[in-house]
Amino acid sequence: MPITTTQQQQAITRRRFIWRIVVAVVFILLALGLVITRLYWLQVTNHEVYTTLSTDNRIRLLPLPPTRGEIVDRNGVLLAQNIPSIDLFIYPDEVKNIEETIEQLTKVISISDDDRKNFNKRKKRQRRFERIAIRTGLNQQEMAKFAVERHQFQGVDIGITLRRYYPYGELTAHVVGYIGRINERELERIDQAAYSGTSHIGKTGLERYYEDQLHGEVGVQKVEMDATSHIMRVIETQPPVNGADIKLHFDIELQRIAMDGLGENSGAVVAIDIKSGGILVLASKPGFDANLFVDGISYKNYGALQKNPETPLYNRTIHGSYPAGSTIKPFLALAGLELGTVTANQTVYCPGHYRIKGSGRKFRDWKKSGHGTTNLYKAIEQSCDVYFYNLAYSMGIDNMHDYLTQFHFGRPTGADMPNETGAVLPSTAWKKKRYNKVWVQGDTINAGIGQGYFLVSPLQLAYATAVLAGDGKLIPPRLASHINDISTALADNEVPRIGKKAPHHWQQVIKGMSQVVEAPRGTAKRIRSKNYRIAGKTGTAQVISMKQNETYDAKKLARDKHDHALFIAFAPTDDPQIAVALIVEHGGHGGSAAAPIARQIMDAFLLEESSDTGQQVDGEESEEEESEGEKTEEEKTEEENAQQAGGRQDDE
Amino acid sequence: MSDSILSMPKQVSTPLLPRLHIDLPLLTGILLLCSFGLAMLYSASDSDIAMVRRQLVNIAIALVIMFALAQLSPAKLKAISPWFYLAGLALLAAVLVMGDMGKGAQRWLLIGGFRFQPSEIVKIAVPMMCAGFLSSRPQPVKAWHLLVAFILTLIPAALIIKQPDLGTAILVTAAGVFTIFYAGLSWRLIILLFVIAIGAVSAVLYNPDILDMFLHPYQKRRVLTLIDPQNDPLGAGYHIIQSSIAIGSGGMFGKGWLNGTQCHLDFLPEQHTDFIFAVIAEEIGLAGIIIMMLLYLFIILRGLYIAAMSDSTYGRLLGGSLTLVFFIYLLVNTGMVTGILPVVGVPLPLVSYGGTSIITIMAGFGILMSIHTHREPSRTRQSEITSFFD
Repeated sequence: MPITTTQQQQAITRRRFIWRIVVAVVFILLALGLVITRLYWLQVTNHEVYTTLSTDNRIRLLPLPPTRGEIVDRNGVLLAQNIPSIDLFIYPDEVKNIEETIEQLTKVISISDDDRKNFNKRKKRQRRFERIAIRTGLNQQEMAKFAVERHQFQGVDIGITLRRYYPYGELTAHVVGYIGRINERELERIDQAAYSGTSHIGKTGLERYYEDQLHGEVGVQKVEMDATSHIMRVIETQPPVNGADIKLHFDIELQRIAMDGLGENSGAVVAIDIKSGGILVLASKPGFDANLFVDGISYKNYGALQKNPETPLYNRTIHGSYPAGSTIKPFLALAGLELGTVTANQTVYCPGHYRIKGSGRKFRDWKKSGHGTTNLYKAIEQSCDVYFYNLAYSMGIDNMHDYLTQFHFGRPTGADMPNETGAVLPSTAWKKKRYNKVWVQGDTINAGIGQGYFLVSPLQLAYATAVLAGDGKLIPPRLASHINDISTALADNEVPRIGKKAPHHWQQVIKGMSQVVEAPRGTAKRIRSKNYRIAGKTGTAQVISMKQNETYDAKKLARDKHDHALFIAFAPTDDPQIAVALIVEHGGHGGSAAAPIARQIMDAFLLEESSDTGQQVDGEESEEEESEGEKTEEEKTEEENAQQAGGRQDDE
Repeated sequence: MSDSILSMPKQVSTPLLPRLHIDLPLLTGILLLCSFGLAMLYSASDSDIAMVRRQLVNIAIALVIMFALAQLSPAKLKAISPWFYLAGLALLAAVLVMGDMGKGAQRWLLIGGFRFQPSEIVKIAVPMMCAGFLSSRPQPVKAWHLLVAFILTLIPAALIIKQPDLGTAILVTAAGVFTIFYAGLSWRLIILLFVIAIGAVSAVLYNPDILDMFLHPYQKRRVLTLIDPQNDPLGAGYHIIQSSIAIGSGGMFGKGWLNGTQCHLDFLPEQHTDFIFAVIAEEIGLAGIIIMMLLYLFIILRGLYIAAMSDSTYGRLLGGSLTLVFFIYLLVNTGMVTGILPVVGVPLPLVSYGGTSIITIMAGFGILMSIHTHREPSRTRQSEITSFFD
């Protein structure tokens, strides 16, 4: 009877199963009984103990925020420091009606609408038992006034906190950057435990780039508190590790010279210490007062900065992309020599314009009458456009791209600043990818004089100059020289170099650049110094393109359409120490608007040891005064330069 | 016309809920517990109504999934078990390979912008697979069948431990082991395992360094903290000390809803997720906790009753196992918050904030309802489906 057996079997299986269910139920009851017993022990047997713990002595873990590292310049001048600030705090869990308390407080101490807005913003973010600042930066009088009325305000207290302060405000805003309150986005990014007790975080510049080092490590204090949140006993302390102090290559005095030199103009100046790769100057004008941001900038101030057409918040040195203009010519000359496109003494006849073979298009030289027979030295010295049209055309854009990319054109230099731009070093592949268009010969011709698609940042230009002067050493540009007294410098054998075909090619280019300053017809001869020799190159970058039959007339154009003035230089020529690149927006001509600022910086850097620096510079100027006739001629040259600048763009 | 009306099948005699494959006692228990959970979440989150609303959405989604699963007959569930299991394994492997980092451990997978935890699928897939396999053998099953089922359990558990997620690995292993237990694990072996477990615990108490061989340092720390919370008051022990204070200060009748001090002063860690039990104990006291525990017990007993009443081995094994897993959630969570078990991340079922766990738990209840409401007709159909396991 197989069926019966199956049925019997099923019945047995079922009975066994139910038996196991019963065992499970017993197990469940025992286990839950254990939990309930434990709860009974906690909640009934030891109820008193825990009640005492919960009401009288609350054990809390208080974060001990680390002190943020300070930033000093190469001479130890403080650029970012922590200064004690007297703040008024509210402890939200002790105040019954916060609105009313603030209302009462305004009768004692002035609290603005912005203060209230900031308070409400912080209240949303802060953990509940933490105090929240309602006013920061109280003066002594306000503090005394509050002390008298204090008994009225339960849960309100004065506290001293360290505030970030940037003594040089506008001068260093783009370099040092600023810290600000941690926002929602940053809250997601950071390790929240590491930032417990820290309310600020680096937002821009070095404060952001070196955030990890500057911030330090949070400590913890285990304390017993009474019902009113007053610390009764410190049980255990894990001290914080303070943030690292950072010493810079940057020199605040050189920065000041650069910013003053730019005067009312917008622009950017970068100077690099060639031997160390240290960034001495990183000036972007206009600047802004970084201190405004530390405690939350007011809507009014922020609006004003945002609306300013000169974009003061924009760091031109690392984010700005400008046409390099003629300052690109030395690098192009070097590419030509190293790639074997030209030799230094090969000449090109410059009739004042250039034509691509078999094409009707005419590219004009800035000098209408032409430079005549021109070799490489003369081409750099007098900035002959035709020579470089021809060189670029012979070399081809992709060879040009491949050589120049070694100087970090078209890619970031790797400086210790956040979000550095790579600007644009065009190539056929780049144009295809970016615009989905075919590269045309006219594009190459334009690139030959640093116009068209070719864009550089002032930092890139300074870096390339430093690499050229520094024998091809690619020392990464650095603002920071020491972090907590530990040098950031690379060992010499770690520094990559640009491969050289022939060292004399580099010397030939430098000779050309030297003539720019030293030769009688050099475009920057006005900055010649008798104390040391300078090599440089002027540039004028056009902002608007002109039709072929139009001529550039500064007087007729709005100021924001005037040309940018550029200049690159290094000195001393025989033992290069400092490289400078600068751009004066809408400043006109590199030789007159930009070069003198470079000279001032070089003087200050190279002659800083000698006591009579000022006299020497004065002497220099008087010498220039003497050569009045020469100067007029130069001005004329530049005037010509200006008139032709716009016309160089090929027709549409 | 009247003819066609008369010829309609007579279904009026069957009540509405069973026709929808809903088990009313179970549903009542679940809804009561969820409502209670929402009320406590409101308090634990410091009156954050937005969080309560989000949890309400989680519960609604979970109920829909429960309802949908209840419509599938156990026979169908059994047929898809192996595919479901394999898919779970594949997703676990995918997590290990390219998992999105979540809370320091690889548990999440991003699919179309949704974060998704494959280990949750496995919590259901493992008992389904084991029950499917064991119920297809002639009863009573042989020892090697149980061994195969055990290996089927260990593979995903090992993958989950690698993530590493100890809490989920425990739940998955428990799910498989419970199925094996119901299928007929020998009593002698069970007693032996108990003895070994007690021996292991004593050994750890005697020399904690043994743990280095099996656990991550942070997991070892949690176990050791259990033995002596004061040992690590700044780290893991802080959780246990603070939750003990919260629970203990609650007393017999609690401080009252919204009146807990420990939770509202942010002493409690993860107070709306894994540690919400401490908030509840502080606010409603031991008396309230016992009522809540009775509610849990009701759901568990109902689940076991459904398993016992099932007419198929598959239904019995799966139903019994899923119910016990629900109980393990409760035990591990309350054990951890009261300081008798180590701190492993297991939520208080149906009450803790969070969508993932509630969906898995409700899916389990959906299966239980399916087992209970598909009884008679499923018998004939069962033989028609060619089983993967035969």
